[in-house]
Amino acid sequence: MRINRDQLINAYRRMKTIREFEERLHQEIATGEIAGFTHLYAGQEAVAVGVCAHLGPTDYIVSTHRGHGHCIAKGCDVKAMMKEIFGRRDGLCKGKGGSMHIADVSVGMLGANGIVGGGAPLALGAALAARMDGAGKVAVAFSGDGAANQGTTFEAMNMAVVLKAPVIFAFENNHYSEHTGVSYAVGAKDMASRAAGFGMAAHKVDGCDFFATYNLMTEVIAYCRAGKGPVAVEFDTERFYGHFEGDPQRYRASGEVDRLRATRDCLKAFRAKAIDEDLLDSNTLATIDTEVVALINAAVEEARTAPVPSAADVLEDVYVSY
Amino acid sequence: MAQMTIREALSRTIRAEMERDPNLLILGEDIVGGNGTAGGPEAIGGIWGMTGGLYASFGPKRVIDTPISESCIVGAAAGAALAGKRAIAELMFADFVGVCLDQIYNQIAKFRYMFGGRTTCPVTVRIAYGAGLNCAAQHSQAVYSMLTSIPGLKVVMPTTPADAKGLLTTAIRGDDPVMFFEHKMLYGETGEVPDGEYLVPFGHARVVREGRDATIVTCGALVGAAATAADKLAAEGIACDVLDLRTTSPLDEESILDSVEGTGRLIVADESPPRCSLAADIAALVSSKAFAALKAPVELVTAPHAPVPFARELERAYLPSPATIEAAVRKALAYR
Repeated sequence: MRINRDQLINAYRRMKTIREFEERLHQEIATGEIAGFTHLYAGQEAVAVGVCAHLGPTDYIVSTHRGHGHCIAKGCDVKAMMKEIFGRRDGLCKGKGGSMHIADVSVGMLGANGIVGGGAPLALGAALAARMDGAGKVAVAFSGDGAANQGTTFEAMNMAVVLKAPVIFAFENNHYSEHTGVSYAVGAKDMASRAAGFGMAAHKVDGCDFFATYNLMTEVIAYCRAGKGPVAVEFDTERFYGHFEGDPQRYRASGEVDRLRATRDCLKAFRAKAIDEDLLDSNTLATIDTEVVALINAAVEEARTAPVPSAADVLEDVYVSY
Repeated sequence: MAQMTIREALSRTIRAEMERDPNLLILGEDIVGGNGTAGGPEAIGGIWGMTGGLYASFGPKRVIDTPISESCIVGAAAGAALAGKRAIAELMFADFVGVCLDQIYNQIAKFRYMFGGRTTCPVTVRIAYGAGLNCAAQHSQAVYSMLTSIPGLKVVMPTTPADAKGLLTTAIRGDDPVMFFEHKMLYGETGEVPDGEYLVPFGHARVVREGRDATIVTCGALVGAAATAADKLAAEGIACDVLDLRTTSPLDEESILDSVEGTGRLIVADESPPRCSLAADIAALVSSKAFAALKAPVELVTAPHAPVPFARELERAYLPSPATIEAAVRKALAYR
């Protein structure tokens, strides 16, 4: 084990925060109070946290439409995120972006992205910026299995190899590209071997196993920081909700989500291993759970009563100057 | 002051800005050229000849030859900008905007707004555009009208060497994304260029000719055509105001409206096709804000609603010219 107790506590707190954030949003969206499209990350927490646990505020990530988990894992303020999703003036993006466009460049979170496949070129660019600074910084492009099929992602992988850019292509295979199965939509055997075909190191890992993910990423990020070039990692993970909130999920097998929650829950697996191997005790975990629930409750209460933007704000921030 | 071409003015400005700002990088296809060949790096220096020598001066981390991957050229420039750098991205031909439109339209144009003003995206996308070299439908288009319609972008088109320097400097140093259109037929245009620091602010049209009888609003390669038409008409005592917009976003509405208030007649010469075009936009502006001043219908001189053709005769027929602009002025003046 290459992770100390404090790091483990932090990782569990982040994973639990993501889960609670998403489970609570699922309830709040059902009331109709939150507008627009929301894509929940519940089930995939070990990937975002297992990757971002190795990153500092000067490293970069680029996220996807399913971005809340990446934001929390990279250190975005949870209350400001909640306000943003509620469309409030004091939200992280002043109510201009909403769920699909949360960003905070001050912590290296270069944006969730509503365009599937839009992010990989951006992460490559952040890696080129990092390379100019020469301080061993890296950039991570989180992509789903859907984005893995976009030409922009292929371009970014090729160019990253050509330029030996310090970028990690993190492919989260949750087995559904929106409402279509990966076995149908990905022509290659898997995303990792396809990435390897571009000439980069590529790995596969169980993304529901935080410890396996964390350990692999220790190696991957060290490799990237050392200037050895890009790496691709395919994470086998699970999506506990639909493509978007409101998705009737008619493509799921009967009882599938219950089975996934019973057998493929990364938080349950984390707790079991942490307790079994005496890494963390159940009281410590329970205390974190209680604190996280209180944080999310407070975030929702504050967001609900926070001031809304005004019509005059529509024209703000289109340009720096015009 | 020194005499030089637009090509030289752009090339020197890029070099000067690279020297001035160590946070500036430039990327594009063949901007170094020759990598992976017997000729070696710098065999080309950009197909338009403006980026030669940069690689030797500033190195591979700041002067980046890319594979043919336009989405990644613009996207990587944008990602570098979000990460605190400034970037110049070169698109070899404006038509390739079609390949990377997502990165322009959905990404760089929207970051600042979507992210609540908490970031900037200082990317200058240099784009060679326009017809005249018989390059046909996929290497000749004037796509500035389409990009002018996108909130979050600025759109710039220099027509003199001095403006090439001043506008490019403003573009690179500014914090908003800029679509910098360079007309292929104007690269060899010569003129005086001020020495040292020289910035031309956006949103200010250049008065090319002054006159009381009609206003010709134009941009890009048609500025020269409009000036030629105006000179011919001047010989007959018809005096035209000719405005070179220089930037179509922001648009110098004030200069357009002031001129039309004085002349009462407006001709817009625009190299893009007519529907939802710059010409249509300016006609709408004037008819809604200076209707009472108009003495004649607005005359639109544009390319036709057709792709750019190949053959010399066809391309000549496609493009607005001094003759078609002159005819439009005469038509406006003849209206009673």
